[in-house]
Amino acid sequence: MPETIGFLKPRQAVLDRRGEIIADLADLLPDECLISDERGLKPFETDAFLAYRRMPLAVVLPQSTEQVAAVLRYCSRYGIPVVPRGAGTSLSGGAIPQEDAIVVGLSKMSRLLDIDLFNRTATVQAGVTNLNISEAVSPDGFFYAPDPSSQLACTIGGNIGMNSGGAHCLKYGVTTNNLLGVRMVLFDGTVIELGGKALDAPGYDLLGLVCGSEGQLGIVTEAIVRLIAKPEGARPVLFGFASSEAAGSCVADIIGAGIIPVAIEFMDRPAIEICEAFAHAGYPLDVEALLIVEVEGSEVEMEAMLRSIIEIARRHDVMTIRESQSAMEAALIWKGRKSAFGATGRIADYICMDGTVPLSQLSHVLSRTGEIVAGYGLRVANVFHAGDGNMHPLILYDINDPEDAARAEAAGNDILKLCVEAGGCLTGEHGVGIEKRELMRHQYSQADLDQQMAARAAFDPQWLLNPSKVFPLEGRPAA
Amino acid sequence: MIVHFEPASEEGIASVVRSAAAERVTLSIVGGGTRSGLGNPVRADRTLSTRRLAGIVTYNPAEMTMSALAGTPLVEVEAALYAKGQMLSFEPMDHRPVLGTSGEPTIGGVFAANVSGPRRYVAGAARDSLLGVRFINGRGEVIKAGGRVMKNVTGLDLVKLLAGSFGTLGILTEVTFKVLPIPPAAATIVVSGLNDAQAAAVMAEAMAQPVEVSGAAHLPESVRGRFIGGALPEGAATALRLEGLAASVSLRAQKLASALARFGPVATFDLDQTKALWTEIRDVRPYADGTMRPLWRVSVAPSVGHQLVAALRLQTGVDAFYDWQGGLLWLRMEADSEAELLRHYIRAVGGGHATLLRAGEGERTRIPAFEPQAPAVAQLAERLRASFDPSRIFNPGRMAVA
Repeated sequence: MPETIGFLKPRQAVLDRRGEIIADLADLLPDECLISDERGLKPFETDAFLAYRRMPLAVVLPQSTEQVAAVLRYCSRYGIPVVPRGAGTSLSGGAIPQEDAIVVGLSKMSRLLDIDLFNRTATVQAGVTNLNISEAVSPDGFFYAPDPSSQLACTIGGNIGMNSGGAHCLKYGVTTNNLLGVRMVLFDGTVIELGGKALDAPGYDLLGLVCGSEGQLGIVTEAIVRLIAKPEGARPVLFGFASSEAAGSCVADIIGAGIIPVAIEFMDRPAIEICEAFAHAGYPLDVEALLIVEVEGSEVEMEAMLRSIIEIARRHDVMTIRESQSAMEAALIWKGRKSAFGATGRIADYICMDGTVPLSQLSHVLSRTGEIVAGYGLRVANVFHAGDGNMHPLILYDINDPEDAARAEAAGNDILKLCVEAGGCLTGEHGVGIEKRELMRHQYSQADLDQQMAARAAFDPQWLLNPSKVFPLEGRPAA
Repeated sequence: MIVHFEPASEEGIASVVRSAAAERVTLSIVGGGTRSGLGNPVRADRTLSTRRLAGIVTYNPAEMTMSALAGTPLVEVEAALYAKGQMLSFEPMDHRPVLGTSGEPTIGGVFAANVSGPRRYVAGAARDSLLGVRFINGRGEVIKAGGRVMKNVTGLDLVKLLAGSFGTLGILTEVTFKVLPIPPAAATIVVSGLNDAQAAAVMAEAMAQPVEVSGAAHLPESVRGRFIGGALPEGAATALRLEGLAASVSLRAQKLASALARFGPVATFDLDQTKALWTEIRDVRPYADGTMRPLWRVSVAPSVGHQLVAALRLQTGVDAFYDWQGGLLWLRMEADSEAELLRHYIRAVGGGHATLLRAGEGERTRIPAFEPQAPAVAQLAERLRASFDPSRIFNPGRMAVA
């Protein structure tokens, strides 16, 4: 397909020195930590934003913070761009490299270093997967709260880079609210520690700035995260509605009534059909919209919350109410939801939007989204975190049809502008990456962007860390 | 004479800043002035107050967010939230009692100083509730960051950076924050007679139970009598707060009480007593003693807080109580602030930080109020500061990063 998103022009001086650079890296790292042959590089040319790919100059897979520091020191000295990478599950192209860049992959740094149940913290290397943390502490009755759909594969380092969310952040917050500290390597090779087991370190909240910075400020090699005691029980309930509007206003009324379920997930009819065909979760097929509302706590607490929620749902003419009767049924309900992206990928190519809107705008934005996509002659499936207004319209198209692809991208851009106009933002949890970079001007003024870029430059004055991402390519300060 | 600016608009503030930057005139930034003793003393040519930039801009209870101008009195924000059954989940501390200040705290000041209270340990700090800001940077430009939605990863999170920056990066003009429903019921379980080490273990045990403890404090015998009119039972009090729906709170209170009965006598306190007790813990009531005796706010890993206090007691006169499961220590020194000793022991127990909240004039100018940072971090912080305020006109000296 024709590429509408640009990359920075590769530095010829770097490309010309490819052989030397690889030889130098081979001196810095053990053999098994360096990849430079075309076949080996191929898996690193893109991430989950599949429409774009670039072959990197080389890939390094360090085994220690010291090795990461050695590579960054080298790259900063010779002006070589660096693209950090976790599991490569970014939906916005955050881990897509460029021809003159060294990819620093953290996959070999995947050890759990310390589980401290007294202080309820886990200290882990950045390449540990999100789910690994919860699995390691589950027998003791704890979990790590942020749970992106890709949690089986995605790494905690990537989660920190993107400030990942998940289905349960309505109650527990996103990565930044659950991150206590990091060890990270700055671009000049300096290793610093931010935060720790003692809360609220004085000085500027650099930890808060690093979280969600999309690999532009340094490379996180270790993290300390907060563990939470698992609730006694959790129960997802399905609510089917005759219209998306009814489901949307039901969500607003639940929150307005002072009830905070642990999750409220929304699916429209196309999404229900896709997920049901894949997961056989028992979703009702005769409704236009579905809410999965999960409550947790003791039996008494869950009952009390559910009674109030059901009463509100009835006021919105709910058609179906299905409570899960067993742990297996609950798992199935979530399997359907969490496989939404994968299941959609089986029937069509899609691009996934990630705008967040104020709850009062949910119904309006949903119906406008439908009109926009239909206007481009395409189909859309909506599946998203309704409780916090984080929408995920999946625009279905054919990746092999260049016109179709261009229409899908245009529809996506229109939807994101709509989200900003409705008082929301471009991305709630997937990140800007390359995908939404040029749309940043819809949300921010030049002065806003200049201030962000100045803060970025305080960490990476040469603009070499993940340089093609987040900020529009035009109007950047001279490095 | 110190010139005092009180612009009534964002543009007014921006224009004061632009001329100050042009003339290299430094500005002391104040809100209600009730926390002006926090951080290091500021030496500035002029004072700029956000006091007149006041008023709630938008409040939509169903979206659980509010936007307010920075100078809005906190009491006004809390009253508006209370009327709709909502609250600031991070329970901002009122510094007036311990600092002996007067006036009205502003919502901008709460976020500029990242002020939190007992619930911070489970619900996050002020910075976790802050969704969006408008501020004036040191060039006099109006900058917005974040927004009014719960989830937002669009660009760098300057919102976090502004929270707790004590007015040294920019002047907050408007803040948008998340609010939560007020729990309809609450109770406090008190275990009596534990020493500090036992209390730390009991609090950790309680936090590991699926009962959602929303406050965990240990009040040793030396301070116990000064809370809620002396109504806490004899002996040190280890207090655990439960909040939520009425049926659930009473059930969880029973569970927790029976789980902890083996450690000592257990008493249960009702909603009103719970409110009073945790407000007094939040505001450090025992050390609101009208003196300027040195008061430290120390944050360490909860497991080592009692070790730190024990080590200090062998060397100096210190009175202490604990919040945040034992990780937040309030230390009132009998005489000298003992900064070097305290910071030495903090490193020895594995790290953390001590903030000097109150001391005599001499000590305040001599001792860095905030824990000194590692050199590489301090340099980074200084570069960052320069990217916001290149002429260094905001609150010089407050954070001591220069």
